[in-house]
Amino acid sequence: MTTPSTAPLLQLRGINKSFGAVQVLHDVDFAAHAGEVTALVGDNGAGKSTLIKCIGGIYPIDSGAVLFDGAPVTVQSPRHAADLGIEIVYQDLALCDNLDIVQNMFLGREHKRYGMLDEPSMEHLATTTLAGLSVRTVKSVRQKVASLSGGQRQTVAIAKAVLWNSKVVILDEPTAALGVAQTRQVLDLVRRLADNGLAVVLISHNLNDVFEVADRISALYLGRSPATVRTSDVTHGQVVELITTGRYAAVANGAQS
Amino acid sequence: MTAETTVTETPADRGTGAVGVYVRDYLGRLRGGDIGSLPAVGGLLVLCILFAVLRPSFFSALNFANLFTQGAAVAVIAMGLVFVLLLGEIDLSAGFASGVCAAVMAVLMAEHGAPWPIGLLAAILTGTVIGTVLGYLVAKVGIPSFVVTLAAFLAFQGAVLVIIGEGGNVGVHEPVLVAIANGNLPVPLGWAVYVLGVLAFAGVLLADRRVRRRGGLPVEPVGVLGARIATVAVVTGAAVYVLNLERAVNPAFRSLKGVPIVVPVILVLLILGTVLLNRTSYGRHLYATGGNAEAARRAGIPIDRIRISAFMLCSTLAAIGGIIAASRANSVDPNAGGSNTLLYAVGAAVIGGTSLFGGKGRLRDAILGGAVVAVIDNGMGLLGYSAGVKFIVTGSVLLVAAGVDALSRRRAAATGRG
Repeated sequence: MTTPSTAPLLQLRGINKSFGAVQVLHDVDFAAHAGEVTALVGDNGAGKSTLIKCIGGIYPIDSGAVLFDGAPVTVQSPRHAADLGIEIVYQDLALCDNLDIVQNMFLGREHKRYGMLDEPSMEHLATTTLAGLSVRTVKSVRQKVASLSGGQRQTVAIAKAVLWNSKVVILDEPTAALGVAQTRQVLDLVRRLADNGLAVVLISHNLNDVFEVADRISALYLGRSPATVRTSDVTHGQVVELITTGRYAAVANGAQS
Repeated sequence: MTAETTVTETPADRGTGAVGVYVRDYLGRLRGGDIGSLPAVGGLLVLCILFAVLRPSFFSALNFANLFTQGAAVAVIAMGLVFVLLLGEIDLSAGFASGVCAAVMAVLMAEHGAPWPIGLLAAILTGTVIGTVLGYLVAKVGIPSFVVTLAAFLAFQGAVLVIIGEGGNVGVHEPVLVAIANGNLPVPLGWAVYVLGVLAFAGVLLADRRVRRRGGLPVEPVGVLGARIATVAVVTGAAVYVLNLERAVNPAFRSLKGVPIVVPVILVLLILGTVLLNRTSYGRHLYATGGNAEAARRAGIPIDRIRISAFMLCSTLAAIGGIIAASRANSVDPNAGGSNTLLYAVGAAVIGGTSLFGGKGRLRDAILGGAVVAVIDNGMGLLGYSAGVKFIVTGSVLLVAAGVDALSRRRAAATGRG
């Protein structure tokens, strides 16, 4: 789990982003490696959401470079991000309660045959995708999403993101509203995504979660990126200090990026 | 992703022969508040029995056929309303929109000598244009649909008056148009349509099942499938049989039998609409937009276009309803599509099980609800109640239906189903 990847799959260099007079991101650097979970931590207002919206093509960046698989790209729209293989699972999930799991997973990208929906192929792919993620808690993929628990809904949202041969999956606070057992489920799933070779970015306020699954931790502090550290090199206390002050008392080998 | 071969529990616990499991699942859904059209079916049965006991002539072949022609226009308008209700919107102008379209048709033919296909097409196009404008105002300008269509309700009432003119009444005498609501299919043709329809229904279900089975997906138990086909075959067969009985008071003078032509007309609309809603990505996107517009937007669905199209379909179907009403009355009068038309149509959709909160409903619900409304109207008329009492009863039934909808939603929220 600590195999150091050579080049990051997704790399951001010197990103600046302002809304009017307010500069939200200052020269932010960020990297996500295939096969690793990179946690993005920071206090409220540190710029986490803005950063992922820039990655996802919702906000254009003012300056800086985005490299995907080593090549510079300009992400123009959410659809473009999806085409590159970048999927974002939002905190508020964006699932339709009145549709079933299959319908949600393929929403907007339905399989068709002769102009009609190809339900069997979608149901088959949804079933195998969930099985590939070792998800065994849902009873039927034809269940309405409204009947699922919070953890199951999160699972569906994540499965939806990996369905499209995505290479980078960004999870915005996936465990924020979940109980202990459900958090467990989702964290296991997050780990599994990385083990399957995806670059996973986990945004979380919960340092227990972060320390449990993340390989690296990137901190944002007031719109700047003071440090990226290996999880194994730091303690809880140091990360808290990083989040709240933007620096941390150096432990001999801690500082690297 | 690694190619693990673990399978979810889905296929295993629903074996092919497990009718019991299937029934238990269904009961579980009912308890969870997912009641669908059950109240409408139950209500329809109770009402029919009640009226049949109180007034045996309710079950005569003549009255049975009357039910179809009386309820047809409202049922078609109700089908259109389902599209708008699915988005959680409302179209209060559908009734008078049907009147405007019928008036356009009648005036074009009576005063400008247009042939009937032109009149028919003009009416339907008028409906589409009306819907486009309403949809644009709701989706792009952002005026609540309640206000847009309330304004249109008033304006269209005036439009009917203006189009019809001072004369007060424009006749519709073209035989083809009159036949829509007043003609019957010849008896053999009625049976032929029935046989083809049942075969097509069974064929679609069986073909779906075969494709699913070939793909290794869980399929419905054979027993449930058979029961479904048998129910449809028996119920519709009985209806066709009764409609094919002689129902003229004096058959020697003029024979009256056969399936009313409006029945296949409605069936075709129902099938086309159901295919659109259930088997195309457009329908899927419509449900998604009604269920969670933000999620639909993030999935790349053009929700504004979906909204506009729903209003277009609604007004277009209202136009067809207006044509049926004009055909039945042999004329278009200044109150065409007025009085209780709209309320009966909204009532039909809601009584059938379409949610006023959006995201839930099917076209056949509108037909079912339309049947309930038609039965109340017809049965109470036979019992000699005044229009006033009929309105009160229909209003109460609508309230009960909306109450059932709201309660089942609460129940669904409590048990975690939608």
